[in-house]
Amino acid sequence: MRCLICHVETIPDVTWVTFWKPSVQKKICQECEEQMDKITASFCPGCHRPGHEGVCHDCEKWEKTNPGLLERNVAAFPYNEFNKELVARWKYRGDFVVLDAYKEHLQNVWLSSFFKGRQVLSVPLSSKRLDERGFNQSEAISYALEEEPFSVFERSHSEKQSKRGRKDRMQSENPFRLLHPISDPVVIVDDIYTTGRTVRHMASLLKEQGCPSVSSFTIFR
Amino acid sequence: MFKTVKKYLQKDFSWIPHENPTHSYPSLTGKLLLRHEIPYEDEIVDQLLAQSILVKVTSIESYPWGHRCRRCGNTKSYLFAKMPHATCGQDCLYCRSCIQMGRVIECEPLFYGSSGFEWTAHEHPCHWDGDLTIHQQKAADELVSLVQKGSGEKLVWAVCGAGKTEILFPALTEALEKGKRICLATPRTDVVRELLPRLQKSFPDVNIQALYGDSPDKAGDAPFIIATTHQLLRFAHAFDVMIIDEVDAFPFHNDVSLHYASERAAKPQASTIYLTATPRKKQKRRIRSKHLPVVFIPQRFHGHPLPVPQLKLTPTLHRYLQKGELPPKILQIIVHQQQTKRQLLLFLPSIKIAEQMASYLKERNFEVQSVHAEDSQRAEKIQAFRKKEYRVLITTTILERGVTFPSVDVYVIDAGHVVFDEAALVQIAGRAGRSPDDPTGDVIFYHIGKTDEMLDAVESIRYMNKLGRKL
Repeated sequence: MRCLICHVETIPDVTWVTFWKPSVQKKICQECEEQMDKITASFCPGCHRPGHEGVCHDCEKWEKTNPGLLERNVAAFPYNEFNKELVARWKYRGDFVVLDAYKEHLQNVWLSSFFKGRQVLSVPLSSKRLDERGFNQSEAISYALEEEPFSVFERSHSEKQSKRGRKDRMQSENPFRLLHPISDPVVIVDDIYTTGRTVRHMASLLKEQGCPSVSSFTIFR
Repeated sequence: MFKTVKKYLQKDFSWIPHENPTHSYPSLTGKLLLRHEIPYEDEIVDQLLAQSILVKVTSIESYPWGHRCRRCGNTKSYLFAKMPHATCGQDCLYCRSCIQMGRVIECEPLFYGSSGFEWTAHEHPCHWDGDLTIHQQKAADELVSLVQKGSGEKLVWAVCGAGKTEILFPALTEALEKGKRICLATPRTDVVRELLPRLQKSFPDVNIQALYGDSPDKAGDAPFIIATTHQLLRFAHAFDVMIIDEVDAFPFHNDVSLHYASERAAKPQASTIYLTATPRKKQKRRIRSKHLPVVFIPQRFHGHPLPVPQLKLTPTLHRYLQKGELPPKILQIIVHQQQTKRQLLLFLPSIKIAEQMASYLKERNFEVQSVHAEDSQRAEKIQAFRKKEYRVLITTTILERGVTFPSVDVYVIDAGHVVFDEAALVQIAGRAGRSPDDPTGDVIFYHIGKTDEMLDAVESIRYMNKLGRKL
């Protein structure tokens, strides 16, 4: 078995336990796993920002301007340098299987987030971007969570969020259009929560149309 | 069946179209591109396809037992993966090996650009007025005749500091006068950056382009291209003269895909020149069996012998390195060295130790900088050292080759470490005494026990010096 990220051969230790019951083969090597890191101990309850006690500054601001718009965000990994590089490889270069490296822990976080059972919504891509990329990252994550994503939005083509500055992003117009309303609590699945603008754009449309509660689930924060 | 097996095992480039209609798109000439890398609208691309200036080729070859990516030659099964492809709605295979340069996917073709563009013939392109030594001239003549012949290959085995670049000038002149397209490829970005100004100065009227990972120029539409070997993944049957510098260096040395790409980038009828100071076993075997013609230059351009490394046993070395310190004995030698005019190049086995050592020496008021592969300011720091803005440069094996500092002493700390193989040590020793004003320099290997690699390196340097004396 080769590590999915660095292609180093991973050789599992043979102990008496694994001798009798072969362990599940790891997709990534120890070293890469350590560098990926996980959000574990302290984080903001609003947006899962790692290394933060209590509600973070960003969430306070959001609560002032748009109270109760987004119930909470759950994230599994911090968006550190290593992960940034991997996201670039996965999303922009198009190395689809890199997602499998996150899968195992992602599923665990998904189960412990109590979102299971809610309607899962995907973030749409404009058709031009979808052609370029070849896959929708949000749907890919949903399938990795073994959930069926619903697509109830439409998106006009706009500049990549990651190419914009913070201020520019916060003032951006809502690029989404809701196709039909939903009356159950929902969770939006996406790859990264940076400023929270994208999910709140979607949440505001959902709430206007009478959705009781909107949360979000992302890989990175 | 036999045919398919043979095709799979050998490098087979028969899929590259043989007809190359003439055209006026230099940026497409001899290229192998993905659709989004072609900077034209769909209508123009359709026209070019109709004129077969562009030809669609299958991107991934399928065999009953595996696949081959035609861009990078990858055949390893773990470097292929499937993804649900939204554009065509199927599960498509893509290559993970060359994903850094954009995704090659089964259902999308690669576009081959005809190599029929006519490059201008330059009159008297070379403005270099230096002189070649007798040995250099002899090698240069052989290379000129190779370029004239228009096919075949030749290895130039020259010691570090023999003036390999200058040896190429007559051959380059010959090729440019005939309107041939040249590629000078090397595994290292630093070397590309260093070669560009040197060559541009000697060939001022020629359009020379440097291509590397984040080079400002990306078009690749010049008659003379200096590139890292990775950039060759975008070329096919493009060059009449293919020069590969430092054939033995990482990552070219044992990366199959780079060999595949460099072979494909040359035209079927091309002259190939390899340059090296330290041929690997495989090349040495080919030389011995007379399969690879070789030109030998055992003497530096200034005629002085190579500095022979001294091996110094330092049993306490590892204990001190673990603490991030240097043994007092070595520290004392460095203090002494600092009183001379020469700068000091300090080689360490890993990035971590190199950084520790830099801060350790900084605390002791040495003028120190460290560079390594992941350093964003690498080029600036090297430039500053060359301008003598500071005294000690601490580095890992990335600076082992291609870079020239006029007057340095070279110390290798922990020379027994696996990263320092014979080639690396010979190259490192070759950093000293490069300038005719200061043709010697101390090369010291500090170790905790001699390794075969160290002994082989010393022996090969002695052997070169012996050959050099005979001439």
